[in-house]
Amino acid sequence: MTDTPARNPQKSFQDMILALHDFWSANGCLILQPYDMRMGAGTFHTATTLRALGPEPWNAAFVQPCRRPTDGRYGENPNRLQHYYQYQVILKPSPSDIQELYLKSLEVIGIDPLKHDIRFVEDDWESPTLGAWGLGWEVWCDGMEVTQFTYFQQMGGFDCKPVAGELTYGLERLAMYIQGVDNVYDLDFNGQGVSYGEVFLENEKQMSKWNFEVADTDALFDLFNKAEAECKLSLANDVPIAAYEQAIEASHLFNLLQARGVISVQERASYMARVRDLARGSCEKYAELMTPQWQEKFPEWSL
Amino acid sequence: MSDFLLELRCEEIPARMQAGARAELEKLFRREMDASGVAVGELTVWSTPRRLALIARELPEATEAVSEEAKGPPVGAPDQAVDGFCRKNGVTRDDLEVRDVKGRETYFAVKNIPGRAMSDLLAEAIPAIIRDFSWPKSMRWGAASLSTESLRWVRPLSGIVAMLGSDVVKCEVDEFVSGRYTKGHRFHSRGLIEISDADTYAGNLREANVIVDHEERAAIIRKGAMKAAEAAGLKLVEDEGLVVENAGLTEWPVPLLGRFDEDFLGVPPEVIQLTARVNQKYFVCEDADGKLADAFICTANIEAVDPAVVVDGNRKVLAARLSDARFFWELDKKTPLEEHAKKLERITFHEKLGTVADKVERVAKLARWLVEEGIVGSNPTPATKSSVRPEPVEGRDGEAGQVRTSTSSARTVEELADLAEQAARLCKADLVTEMVGEFPELQGLMGGYYARAEGLPDEVADAIRDHYKPVGQGDNVPTAPLTVAVSLADKLDTMFSFFSVELYPTGSKDPFALRRAMLGIIATVLQSKLRVPITQIARAHYDLADGPLAWFLDFLDERLKVQQREAGVRHDLIDAVFALGGEDDLVRLLARVHALQAFIETDNGTNLLAGYKRAANILKKEEWDANAELSYTPEPAEKALIDALDVAEPQAATAIEAEDFAAAMSALASLRAPIDAFFEEVTVNDDDANKRNARLDLLARFRAAVHNVADFSKIEG
Repeated sequence: MTDTPARNPQKSFQDMILALHDFWSANGCLILQPYDMRMGAGTFHTATTLRALGPEPWNAAFVQPCRRPTDGRYGENPNRLQHYYQYQVILKPSPSDIQELYLKSLEVIGIDPLKHDIRFVEDDWESPTLGAWGLGWEVWCDGMEVTQFTYFQQMGGFDCKPVAGELTYGLERLAMYIQGVDNVYDLDFNGQGVSYGEVFLENEKQMSKWNFEVADTDALFDLFNKAEAECKLSLANDVPIAAYEQAIEASHLFNLLQARGVISVQERASYMARVRDLARGSCEKYAELMTPQWQEKFPEWSL
Repeated sequence: MSDFLLELRCEEIPARMQAGARAELEKLFRREMDASGVAVGELTVWSTPRRLALIARELPEATEAVSEEAKGPPVGAPDQAVDGFCRKNGVTRDDLEVRDVKGRETYFAVKNIPGRAMSDLLAEAIPAIIRDFSWPKSMRWGAASLSTESLRWVRPLSGIVAMLGSDVVKCEVDEFVSGRYTKGHRFHSRGLIEISDADTYAGNLREANVIVDHEERAAIIRKGAMKAAEAAGLKLVEDEGLVVENAGLTEWPVPLLGRFDEDFLGVPPEVIQLTARVNQKYFVCEDADGKLADAFICTANIEAVDPAVVVDGNRKVLAARLSDARFFWELDKKTPLEEHAKKLERITFHEKLGTVADKVERVAKLARWLVEEGIVGSNPTPATKSSVRPEPVEGRDGEAGQVRTSTSSARTVEELADLAEQAARLCKADLVTEMVGEFPELQGLMGGYYARAEGLPDEVADAIRDHYKPVGQGDNVPTAPLTVAVSLADKLDTMFSFFSVELYPTGSKDPFALRRAMLGIIATVLQSKLRVPITQIARAHYDLADGPLAWFLDFLDERLKVQQREAGVRHDLIDAVFALGGEDDLVRLLARVHALQAFIETDNGTNLLAGYKRAANILKKEEWDANAELSYTPEPAEKALIDALDVAEPQAATAIEAEDFAAAMSALASLRAPIDAFFEEVTVNDDDANKRNARLDLLARFRAAVHNVADFSKIEG
């Protein structure tokens, strides 16, 4: 065994992730693991949504696998995947040097801002599903969007007090950029010749097929209804975290139904409204339930 | 006298908000200075993505002391009155002075407002400006946001520089304290930059790789992009909006030219340009033949160590975007427009007006009718022999997407009607294509491309492409018959449909862009001199009730005045013709207005108007509308006017019938000398009631004769 190996984020996908972990860990973040559920974006992780509520400071970083069934291309498109990774950093309250911290994290993985043109371009974020919105930017590196940078203003319909800063790095595109690779499957995963394709290509082929062609739609509709019922049951029994998990589940099932093309345009809005009610209801319940605890520590604070 | 500098530094301000922010800063600063009675001259206001700066030259060191006094009630007045006076002036009774006014002892309130140091005024003004600043969207941030009362700004505020002369104006806003230190370029400059005064501010920042003057940055981009294109043997496609946007995204702009794979040029050039522009903020170039070239120009915000690296990164991003666009283009072409059009049933046009498919059905019928009735497609009827002025030609020649005129002279009316209906049925089909889903602004244009690609006749493709035109002042106005038929039918349908459910544009609210549609109708009708029976269409095809129809005609009048303002047509003359009522033929109406304007600007016209006003005033004063017989021998001037009217009335009537409005004006002109002489020599208000009545009648007859041509009471001057 050698000592702690040197990271090589410019040649290795996993080292890039580890370098980000090192950096954010050194800057006061908890390094969490992915949420063990299927979800469309890192923002759905409870470490982001639920922890954005309330007055308590919270600093965390984690990788979250994201599933976007309709983005599947059977492994044939060089930069579209139905399963990919986001790197999420949540800093609450948003520190005054958050931009500088972020730019340092880019340098850590090998992006020199005097060699590459880094820009903060207006991009506001809104998730009706979560009753959430924020202002921020998409960060460009030589014209490519590499990160979404958002100051959360509301979550679950509540004002964020205080405001959290959220950074979402698109790991594959960032790695493609750093490694100078045009096809995601050509990424070097470990810096020792194992490619991203070796890890994920077969997965993309099979999962694209399942998403688009195989998944039993009756079962999906049934599961959607069950998740909805379970969410409501959980809410009625004051376990909003459990309810929130079911809302995430329903959201993903809805995405699968979309991929199967069995939801008409008219129905679409109504399904989205159902998911939104579940997610927002869970956030609201969580906030209400936690408020006494929060107020104990922050007597001036109100929801 | 000292110069004042204010810099508000923050995280990146959206480019589109910077112009508004500069105006807001100036407005609030002036408001604060006005409130303190400080005269402010020219202000310099600059912006970059990371700062707003304001410089006010030669502010006084202090405001002057002012003494204000107010005269109150006399000594001995009731207490109530004296107390009220004190309250009003904010003084106590003891403060009142007693002075002698014309022998009466009277209270005076005297307030001495001392002069204030400018630095104190500014120290109060700055926090007020920051707190009252209005952004399109603002946010809270940081630890202070534990309370929702914390400061709001467009993005987190980072620092305040406030200097009067070479001294800091000390002030605090939340956790921010003003000072003399700022920061330079995010990457090219390290540490803090000390500012000594307003004069050296821009220079200090320049040394720190920040060009603070937004217009200077715009000029660098404009010139740099042009040079980069020239160096590559190409011509820049100028785009001022893009220049301003890039100036708002950079503090140290460096335009760089790159190339993309020429295989992408198979995608329509507008798509490439839009992809480059909207998604990436790149300029594009043309080759010597005016064709889109395989080149783009991006604007970096750094002096890159190796610009080729930056260019190559941008090239890859553009390639990925263009791959998507090409994918959409190829995919959309696989489905004929007719198939796409079926999906319009799923798109709501407006909740009260059904789906887009319903609208298409109505438009198709109306387009066909316009052709079948010969309103569109036949040779334009000459409106008058001589009096229609040539319309100003709108739009620039040689512009991309120029309205092409197809020759359809070989078509029969029935063929043309079929094609119009076909084009109308397909004109909205591109709304459901992938490409228009991605780039809504390509609506119409893509439909045209897809129509051509599937081999539909050129005229049909042109009509689909151009049927939204004109989309604003300066846009090309369709003239090809098929395009005119579809475009007009589409816009008339929009107007009448919304009016039929009483959804009118009101005040500043026009969510369905009806003003633009109406201007489009007016421009199209006038351009091709179409005789469109608007009222008939409204009633027969849309069952428009009297109320909405009246509203519609008023709206038409209003828009026509707006549209004609640029052409120098007087709005009061349009009113004068509109007031006659029952005129919905824009071509005839405008011919009449033009003739009227030509006449009214002559000596005869001016004098006739004066005579008319005099007659109208007398009649109004007398509330005259009786009708007496002539029972005496008229005086010569009276007789002359009667004779002149006997001739002019039928002449004017015949001329109007023939739509020869110049001749109608000539007929009116013949009344000028007789009416002048009449007023000169005849006493209307004669002692003899018979004479008086007959003369009032004569004036009424004169007024009516003039009215038959235009309502002169609406004419100003």
